[in-house]
Amino acid sequence: MVIAQEEVVAGFDPVLAPLIIGLPLAGAVILLLFGKRIGRFSGLLACGTIGLAAAIGLLNFIALLGAPEESRTATQHVFDFVSVGGFQTGVDLLLDPLSLVMVMVVTGVGTLIHIYSIGYMHGDPRYPRFFAYLNLFASFMLLLVLADNLLLLYVGWEGVGLCSYLLIGFWFDRPSAAAAAKKAFLVNRIGDFAFLIGMFVLFGAVGSLTVGQINASAGALSAGVATTAALLLFAGATGKSAQIPLYVWLPDAMEGPTPVSALIHAATMVTAGVYMVARFSPVFEASGGAALTVVGVIGAATALWAALMACTEYDIKRVLAYSTISQLGYMFLALGVGAYSIAVFHLVTHAFFKSLMFLGAGAVMHALDGNTDMRHMGGLRRAMPVVGYTFLVGWLAISGVIPFAGFWSKDAILAAAWVEGNYVLWGVGVFTALLTAFYMSRLYLRVFEGPLRTPEGTHPHDAPRTMAAALVPLAVLSVVGGVINLPVLLTLEHFLEPVVGESHAPEGALAFILSGIALVVGVGGIMLARSMYMMSGAEARRARLVRPMRPLVNGARRKFYIDELYGRLIVLPGKSFASFCADVLDRRGIDGIVNGTATLIGRTSQGLRHIQTGYVRNYAATFLFGVVAVFSFLILRVVAG
Amino acid sequence: MTEVAPAYYLALAGLMFSIGVIGALVRRNAIVIFMFIELMLNAVNLMFVTFSRIRGSVDGQILVFFVLVVAAAEAVVGLAIILVIVRRRASANVDDVSLLRW
Repeated sequence: MVIAQEEVVAGFDPVLAPLIIGLPLAGAVILLLFGKRIGRFSGLLACGTIGLAAAIGLLNFIALLGAPEESRTATQHVFDFVSVGGFQTGVDLLLDPLSLVMVMVVTGVGTLIHIYSIGYMHGDPRYPRFFAYLNLFASFMLLLVLADNLLLLYVGWEGVGLCSYLLIGFWFDRPSAAAAAKKAFLVNRIGDFAFLIGMFVLFGAVGSLTVGQINASAGALSAGVATTAALLLFAGATGKSAQIPLYVWLPDAMEGPTPVSALIHAATMVTAGVYMVARFSPVFEASGGAALTVVGVIGAATALWAALMACTEYDIKRVLAYSTISQLGYMFLALGVGAYSIAVFHLVTHAFFKSLMFLGAGAVMHALDGNTDMRHMGGLRRAMPVVGYTFLVGWLAISGVIPFAGFWSKDAILAAAWVEGNYVLWGVGVFTALLTAFYMSRLYLRVFEGPLRTPEGTHPHDAPRTMAAALVPLAVLSVVGGVINLPVLLTLEHFLEPVVGESHAPEGALAFILSGIALVVGVGGIMLARSMYMMSGAEARRARLVRPMRPLVNGARRKFYIDELYGRLIVLPGKSFASFCADVLDRRGIDGIVNGTATLIGRTSQGLRHIQTGYVRNYAATFLFGVVAVFSFLILRVVAG
Repeated sequence: MTEVAPAYYLALAGLMFSIGVIGALVRRNAIVIFMFIELMLNAVNLMFVTFSRIRGSVDGQILVFFVLVVAAAEAVVGLAIILVIVRRRASANVDDVSLLRW
């Protein structure tokens, strides 16, 4: 008894946890209401709220590390949310290693991107509004990762979707931005719908929505129910995390301001699906392999598919967008082979180096008057050294060069696929790694190396201080991010073990062979890009290499006609059905009934009004006739008895 | 003085009322129609008095007073309207006043 009490005292005690969500939310509310009056201080306010949230997150993280390993989970009840009959759902926050890792990523990267936005959005007429949305996004994302039950998680899930819509369409006066925002929202809705059904299935089977109870009773679910629920949840993840078949919104989402692309469409929101699958890993496990196989195959296919398109894209932001889809595919590949902690590891390192590269691309756009076409750029590293060198770090990290962060996490994913015996997934992953190194090198070499080339009429300048203030820390993290999960120390994996279980790492010589292959492939991709874009005679070599693959290259350049296919298969029938409803059902059917009634009454009164002659005698005669009729009736009734 | 059977009063009242109805329907002069309407009212009054007598209660006679008062008021309003019509149209023909129609 005494021992048990001591354990409670020594356990992890959350510090001000509701404020992690509350502060950015308060910032958003204040900025939405008084943004105009706050004016140019909006950026500072937004940075302050998210910065404080990050500080509180860090306090909790330290408190968690101080707690003994077996008691590193705490839930905190904030207030009752839904309480109907026997159904109780509160706003409960779950603080455990997994959610706090996510909190650190969201608030850490989020703070840096908020600071960057001060410089990037400077002079925008709706500057306060931007920070309001950014803060709102942060609070919803934090709600998503801290939620202790599916319903609350779904609130955050929908909330980040809403913010994504608002921020993609932030420059809504551009028709392309408005269309992209609409597309992102609608495609996400498809996934969200499946997610909602999955939630119902789980509630029906388990009778509770809390994370703890769902995961605890997942093992008792029948394989069929577990597979259904897991696949529905995963369908939600394919929408939010841009996997096949719902990835089409992410490249278009690049219409939003670049900090948004970095924060929402690279570092945080798109990883919500990965987080969710890791969070409910027991449900996926309970399906007996079927659901996890789907997750892994979809992940690997997406990784390869998006990498192919990234190889031919000329828009620097869209290359990064396809790269994000591809890297998310890696994360799902890791989830699919049961290496949940490694997926989260890659999520963290990817958040560092991908947001770094997005912010770098934003700095390039900022310097070149919004130009994004890499064909008009070259040698920018010398014109803007801070951006150039930080981007160099991001490039080496994603290409998988030792010792940068991306090497460790990507290597760990490939190794996990091999150890689990999924040699096909491993092969796809390795080939994608080659493509990744190739397309990122293509981007980096064309934009930052070689002779200086800029679009006409632009004068590149280095990033302003606020932007550099975000780039440098992210670059440092991209270099050293790998240490959080060094193969010998296994810290992050071990840290996440209580939540997602352990994953198997290769041992002995196999580990070094697999790492060696990953490294060789990464360097090979870089060398290939170098020979095709940098060395003398690159043009001729490129033409020779491309010629046999002409159909593939052309297809990739047209995004494999997927948008057109979806347009034909889904959008067009939808539109035809809508216009059938509007023109036939509504205009002829419903309106026909309404207008028909009016016409009928109109015609009838047209006929009846001829009775109204205006002659008093006629009225009097009618009156008399009526009286006689009524009286005859009454008298007849009396007579008849 | 011999009692006259109530049936005669009722027959007279019915006759007066019928004359009033037919007159009001066939005549065109507003004043004349008005007089026929008064005739109908008085036929009804006669009937009230007769029934009052038959039933031995005064209710009918009280009602007659109401009818007289309302008829007087109605005569004032009606005559005023007729007067206005005559001023505007220089005729009391009701068929000339047929603007309120389709």
